[in-house]
Amino acid sequence: MNIIVCIKRVPDTADADLAIDRSGRDIEKTGLAFDLNEWDSYAIEEAILLKERFGGTVTVLSMGGEDTNESLRKCLAMGADEAIRLTDPAFSGSDGFATAKVLAQAIRRLPYDLILTGTQAEDDGFGEVGVMVARLLGLSHVAIVTRVEMEDGKIRAHRELEGGLEEVVEVKLPALLTIQTGINEPRYVSIMGIRKVAKKEIKVWGLSDLGLKEEEVGLKGSDIGLERLFLPLVGEGAQILEGKPEEVAAKVFEILKDKGGLV
Amino acid sequence: MKEIMVVAEHRRGELRDITWEMLSKGRSLAEAMEGTLSVVLLGKGVKPFAEALRSKAHRVYLIEDDRLEFYNSETYERVLFQFLSEKKPFLTLIGHTAQGMDFVPALAIRLGWPLATDCIGIEPKDDSFTLIRQIYGGKINAEVSFVRKAPYLVTLRSGAFSVEEKKPIEGEIVTTSSPLSDEVLGRRFIEYVEASVGEVDITQADILVAVGRGIKDAENIPLVKEFADSIGGALACSRPVVDKKWLPKSCQVGTSGKTVKPKVYIAIGISGAFQHVAGMKGSGTIIAINKDPKAPIFSVAHYGIVGDLFKIVPVIKDKIKEMKK
Repeated sequence: MNIIVCIKRVPDTADADLAIDRSGRDIEKTGLAFDLNEWDSYAIEEAILLKERFGGTVTVLSMGGEDTNESLRKCLAMGADEAIRLTDPAFSGSDGFATAKVLAQAIRRLPYDLILTGTQAEDDGFGEVGVMVARLLGLSHVAIVTRVEMEDGKIRAHRELEGGLEEVVEVKLPALLTIQTGINEPRYVSIMGIRKVAKKEIKVWGLSDLGLKEEEVGLKGSDIGLERLFLPLVGEGAQILEGKPEEVAAKVFEILKDKGGLV
Repeated sequence: MKEIMVVAEHRRGELRDITWEMLSKGRSLAEAMEGTLSVVLLGKGVKPFAEALRSKAHRVYLIEDDRLEFYNSETYERVLFQFLSEKKPFLTLIGHTAQGMDFVPALAIRLGWPLATDCIGIEPKDDSFTLIRQIYGGKINAEVSFVRKAPYLVTLRSGAFSVEEKKPIEGEIVTTSSPLSDEVLGRRFIEYVEASVGEVDITQADILVAVGRGIKDAENIPLVKEFADSIGGALACSRPVVDKKWLPKSCQVGTSGKTVKPKVYIAIGISGAFQHVAGMKGSGTIIAINKDPKAPIFSVAHYGIVGDLFKIVPVIKDKIKEMKK
């Protein structure tokens, strides 16, 4: 079985104190660490687990600049067989729709039975690219997948709904699944592992290789464009308890006693 | 006159809250744009929902078909493609929910209409809209606009729009035929599976001590467990802790987990992503411990402690043990 996984390299902002840069249209990226999008790390792990069980190949695709090689190599170290980077100055400013067109056009040139993407990206959070790629390719899809089983050329997938409920669906292959976090335990990649794949070729495809026109990609080929960034308004907010840890602890004790938080 | 269309969402015999939220926002947009508000409802045996929706819209389009008994992205896409291509509403609002995320991007491609997903704000501007989205996990807001022209598709985030009480409209119900036939589908609904309750039902606890990504490692969970025990609370958590298998799914608070309303909720190392907040904002008293003073959890909490949880939690735990004596 041939599996294609679409990934994205994103800044790790979970613990970072973010600031907007002088252009007002981007965040200050200096000092931020970049890594594979969290959802995508589960998608690549799921692809490798399927390959280990059923054989075949795993090809990783990503749209991005040279820095993206780092994330592609991480996927190769995890067990992917091939990596392709999609890059062109014309791609800059692409929203989810334009990105989906670039990815779909690349996938048309490759053999596949199954395509996996993350459900969404940590940065833009559109949550639309995977399902758009599926429709552009005319494939069945399942979004927000938390479990994958395969038999007789069919996928039985659990997808996550609200409130702890799951929906079980069946799709025929070829199909596309958008993978939710927590579906598996992404394997750890050692520095040695990365070194082993350091020399592996990463193919690079641009606008003309993909047979796309400039007006189909970038801002011109997008649904939406960014006007400006701003910091969210913070509501009334918490009363901050200050002092030494012992003093804070005493205040917490009083609050708990007062509000019924001690049994 | 411009028409604003809302796609109603329902599951297992209930209209979902997002439907009322979209209708409320849709109505204020319709008023601002001097347009009309419609809602389209797909399903089997859902006429009572249509009756319930009449007070909120000028028209309720009712499309019933046995094949629509259970949601399926492929049937929804076919029915709505046909329906929306005919009606061409200026704006269509759909929920950015597990359902919307599953079919709307495909529908947008099929219609060839521009889509903006997961919006927390939408206001009319000239002959289009200004939209607000959150990026970087809610730490930054982005104002975006459409590059292409109407008709527009917009998905709204659950809980981002309040439901305002307004004079009932008593609109008309328009029964519309379903375009589905017995075509072969690539996808089939099998069943719903309910998550297990777990050893402790956190929805029943009066005191919850919830732990998040900030706990860093499974080895550190006992620290929070001991603290919870010291005040007679149950242990809960945010999504990353479940994803990493440090605690079972039954402990998860948030959109995809449980909604809880304990007397006291203590959030430790939880940044406060909207998916988590949606599941705990109704708690009586919320105390948050986080090292990032800008963490969104502090805008929902009543009391906050800014600092390193590994330094603060042991001290509070000891202090409480001491003072309880």
